[in-house]
Amino acid sequence: MEEMEKKEVIRLENIRRNFQVGDETVHALRGISFTIREGEFVTIMGTSGSGKSTLLNTLGCLDTPTSGEYYLDGVSVRTMDKNQRATLRNRKIGFVFQNYNLLPKTTAIENVELPLMYNPQCKAAERRQRAIAALEAVGLGDRLMHKSNQMSGGQMQRVAIARALVNNPAVILADEATGNLDTRTSFEVLVLFQQLHAEGRTIIFVTHNPEIAQYSSRNITLRDGHITGDTPNEHILNAAEALARLPRQEDY
Amino acid sequence: MNFANLFKIAVKALSNNKLRGFLTMLGIIIGVASVITMLAIGQGSKRSIQAEISEMGSNMIMIHPGGDRRGGVQLSADDMESLKLEDLEDIQTKTRYVTYVSPSVNSAGQAVNGANNTPTTVYGVNLDYLEIRRYRVDDGDTFTEQDIKTAAKVCLVGKTVVDELFPDGENPVGRVIRFGTIPFRIVGVLESKGYNSMGMDQDDLIIAPYTTVQKRILAITHLQEIICSALTEAYTDQAIDEISEILRENHRLKPSDEDDFSIRSQQEMASMLTSTTDMMTVLLAAVAGISLLVGGIGIMNIMYVSVTERTREIGLRMSIGAKGIDTLAQFLIESILISVTGGLIGVIVGVGAAIAVNLLAAFPIYIQPWSVFLSFAVCTLTGVFFGWYPAQKAAMLDPIEAIRYE
Repeated sequence: MEEMEKKEVIRLENIRRNFQVGDETVHALRGISFTIREGEFVTIMGTSGSGKSTLLNTLGCLDTPTSGEYYLDGVSVRTMDKNQRATLRNRKIGFVFQNYNLLPKTTAIENVELPLMYNPQCKAAERRQRAIAALEAVGLGDRLMHKSNQMSGGQMQRVAIARALVNNPAVILADEATGNLDTRTSFEVLVLFQQLHAEGRTIIFVTHNPEIAQYSSRNITLRDGHITGDTPNEHILNAAEALARLPRQEDY
Repeated sequence: MNFANLFKIAVKALSNNKLRGFLTMLGIIIGVASVITMLAIGQGSKRSIQAEISEMGSNMIMIHPGGDRRGGVQLSADDMESLKLEDLEDIQTKTRYVTYVSPSVNSAGQAVNGANNTPTTVYGVNLDYLEIRRYRVDDGDTFTEQDIKTAAKVCLVGKTVVDELFPDGENPVGRVIRFGTIPFRIVGVLESKGYNSMGMDQDDLIIAPYTTVQKRILAITHLQEIICSALTEAYTDQAIDEISEILRENHRLKPSDEDDFSIRSQQEMASMLTSTTDMMTVLLAAVAGISLLVGGIGIMNIMYVSVTERTREIGLRMSIGAKGIDTLAQFLIESILISVTGGLIGVIVGVGAAIAVNLLAAFPIYIQPWSVFLSFAVCTLTGVFFGWYPAQKAAMLDPIEAIRYE
């Protein structure tokens, strides 16, 4: 898989982010630069305090860097105001969170439709159709009308992934997306991510679990606000095979 | 973000918390319902007083002797003899805004029929009096102009007097009763008018030609009172001016002299009485308004709790593309929906309660369209006003912190 000619989705140039805590300045990011091209599956690893949350917030356009340039899909984010960034998130980014963040007492399809609700160009019929397609893509085509409190953790995370897919984003940002799941369900979700990767989606997976890195195509390591490693993964493991090797459990 | 989507989101959020939504609404429901019911009761009693007054003759003007000072001593109006028959005749002929004019002399005393007697008042008047006071003859006929000329001993009697003097239900017409020592032949019975708004029995009277009362009972030549009616209620002031001019001329008063008579109109009486009910209406509405305010604070309280409780939801919405204004709008729409729905239910409950008061307590009510409209408008404003602060708080949340809020 040669990706040299693929389009740049993300480019960070010497990103710094300082926080003022009382009299002290905390340097969360100290000059981060990298480029992510279309179709990459990147894990960003680091212990807590390494700056990975800040980096995730920056990549997700929730936060703006103190200095440095960030181009998302060729557009500079640094100069954007809050509303512009909100629109940018709505069109270009799909978020998957550790605790799913589904709306309570709300059906799967309504949860997935949510990002499109904030897109005035998307009409109701199209919204529904795209939400159904996204849910089918994550294997929940038969659970459209299930409410979030009637689903298992794995199912909820699939709904969350469908919600991240529905706006056809330039990049999917997953924040410890398997953190709340048991081993088997984690692998099921990983299978899904690998499947999306195979379909050509760009995925950034932030985690502190080194195991995940084996299933991605590239691994960036963060420590104390610096990048300490950025290596392509030559031997991507197959999550589906790993799942098959797991001992069967009497869950159901 | 278009409005229809925001509306859907708000409805969805509310339907997820039906009981809480309803409890919040309850404050508004009670507020609006009490405003409407209180105004309906206030306006109802005002209207009923107005109706009674107009039944008495809303264009009625009463002229009394009085207002004269002699040597600094204010004399009782009854002791004055300033109103003469010429005044009456001049008012009859020289005015343009006065339709009916009647003299009035009265005497209180005992009416007797055989073994039955009752205390009552005899009013000596002319035929115009019946028009002015809107008395109708139920049974028999009125006395005639001829009776007035001859000071005939004939009379019309009110229902109350009839009931007292003829307890066995015989027909009183044609019978002779005594008032004091004077025998009167009953020519007609007046249609019942019931009690007026001041609690006076309007059927407890005897009406006789004024000449009869003047000569045979009181032995006077002056008039105690002149009662007239203006063309319509609207011409009351012009009529009063005309009458005042004629009387001042007749009584040869210099421009510097004070009037030796006083003129009062039913209109004045009406505004005096309705000002009391107006005051009552304002007070009732104020109390009701306070409960609406309390309802509004209830909305604010719940919306505030709701924003805190749904911090993560807000964070999520923001991270997937909701702008500050979208979040603000969502919460504002929620609070407006609560208050408007509460307002609608309140209108129904309020109207229902007013009708119930009318049916069960026989209290007069009048539901003014503007009071319904007003309380509904206040409701919507309440929603905006009290929803604003919590909605603003939601819109100001930082998505990074909100999404990780526990």
